Amino acid sequence: MRIVIVDDSGLRASVLEEGLREAGYYDIHVVPTRGAFVTQIERMAPDVVLMDLGSPSRDVLEEMLFVSRALARPIAMFVDQSDEAMIGAAIDAGVSAYVVDGLRKERVKPILELAVRRFNAFARMQAELDEARTALADRKTIDKAKAILMASRGMAEPDAYALLRSTAMNQGRRIVEVAEALITASTLLGGQP
Amino acid sequence: MTTIRAAFLPLTDSAVLVAAREKGFAEAEGIDLDLVRTTSWATLRDRLIHGQVQAAHMLAPLAVAVTLGLSQQPAALAAPFKLNLNGNMLVMAADFAAALEPDLPRRLADPLATAHDFAAAIGLHRRKPIIGVVHRFSSHALTLRYWLASAGIDPDRDVVLRVLPPSLMVEASQLGEIDGFIAGAPWPAAAIEQGLVEAVALGARIWQRGVEKVLAFRNEWMEENANAVDRLLVALTAAARWSDTPANRAELATLLAQPEYVDQPAELIARGLQGLVIPQQGAAPMEMPDFLLFDREATAFPWRSQALWIYSQLARWRQVAPNREAERAAAGVFRPDIYRRALGGSDVAMPGASMKLEGAVFNPTGVGTHRGALTLGPDRFFDGRIFDPEQVAAYVHGFAVRR
Repeated sequence: MRIVIVDDSGLRASVLEEGLREAGYYDIHVVPTRGAFVTQIERMAPDVVLMDLGSPSRDVLEEMLFVSRALARPIAMFVDQSDEAMIGAAIDAGVSAYVVDGLRKERVKPILELAVRRFNAFARMQAELDEARTALADRKTIDKAKAILMASRGMAEPDAYALLRSTAMNQGRRIVEVAEALITASTLLGGQP
Repeated sequence: MTTIRAAFLPLTDSAVLVAAREKGFAEAEGIDLDLVRTTSWATLRDRLIHGQVQAAHMLAPLAVAVTLGLSQQPAALAAPFKLNLNGNMLVMAADFAAALEPDLPRRLADPLATAHDFAAAIGLHRRKPIIGVVHRFSSHALTLRYWLASAGIDPDRDVVLRVLPPSLMVEASQLGEIDGFIAGAPWPAAAIEQGLVEAVALGARIWQRGVEKVLAFRNEWMEENANAVDRLLVALTAAARWSDTPANRAELATLLAQPEYVDQPAELIARGLQGLVIPQQGAAPMEMPDFLLFDREATAFPWRSQALWIYSQLARWRQVAPNREAERAAAGVFRPDIYRRALGGSDVAMPGASMKLEGAVFNPTGVGTHRGALTLGPDRFFDGRIFDPEQVAAYVHGFAVRR
């Protein structure tokens, strides 16, 4: 079974490809949506095409599926239109799947389920990565504010942190917000940014 | 509060939905209107038919095509409200446009002559021009085909129509992947602004009152949620009126320019709202008061004859095999009955009929209403043809170029 993954996020495509290989599918091709990508897909004559639902190029792909003379069997979206739960899960995960007509649903369903799981895992990974980035940026800001307090008020580091924390608690704000305000104020007063 | 999620594409004609949310018209009707930005018509369609959203800013021909089962999974859709008329422009790269009338206002004023010049330009060009269209089932594709065919150009044989979402047209022009494109505001203006293309034809000059986007629901959901639908239509009517008021255009342009909506410069969007067309980089703006309509002349009223015109063009190009049942189903997508039910108690001028001849209004004309005064603006097709919704087959057979 030949599977084409159309995706511009190299990372998501490899997460999906890896999962498919682990599940025993070997004929997998990743195609980014640049230039004449539909011609490329047409030549590959895939049985299944997996594509990010958020890709603006879905209309381009569907038009190719509509007019293609190279593909012997028309490809339609999704496997089993009666399986609303599966379709719902796919749309929520951001997966669209096109499957050649006549391919048995039990052969395609595991692929779609796997794609949904991998897309979800990728989205979680992305969210965690964003969170980690924010945490790192926050820590840098807090360190800078501590340094200002230590320099201007001769405080020890634990005391500087305790002061930031108690101020944040008293004002009902996050520590990083207090730290940002302190850095801004210090810059305005002529301190080092 | 009732939450209604509505999918839209980043286009100036999403204005009525954006205004309904941002200016509180939806909230005033007890509706939390949640707008879902989408970048392809395929995804907008799938979100609607699989219930991820309850409403969508949809190409009118796509609503007809989905109902007729021509675009992936068939689903009965209903359009009780039109979100706008007009707003489209055909633009071509300078090397192709060089063979056309150089006086741009004159070129745009006479689509028939320009279509014939275009046919000659194809002959001079060493290859078939590649023209971007936003979707097979779009008013853009249908009006472009109509216009090309008027000069004997066969749109399936003499040119290459390439489907691209509106937001990718500018980039594709830049990369030379297409020679030109037809799309809704603000994308053609954005490509002109960069000096990539120039105006060749205006939607509002091909069909003076061209049907464009509709508010589409799944029929089943619409029937089960009559009260919410009625309130949404009342909210959208107020939003459309606000959007069409000249004093509000600057504010509307600023709203639409935000990254979560169209994400293009407010100045560019404002130009379309004001009806100003700059046909070429650095050229003087032309005033086109009917470039884009939201509210005037009962814009929102879904005339069944307009759904049938769309059907006539799908039949003309054999995108649907003509038959009585399909014709009835297509006409049934536009729902003036729901519009009347929702707005019957308001001050909106309500047309007396649900069908009319399309292309038959030459000068602003008063029409029969149940209440209020209603004047329809000129709605001619540039070739002077008149569409009689009772005579679809004869109309289709009257075209020299068809499948």
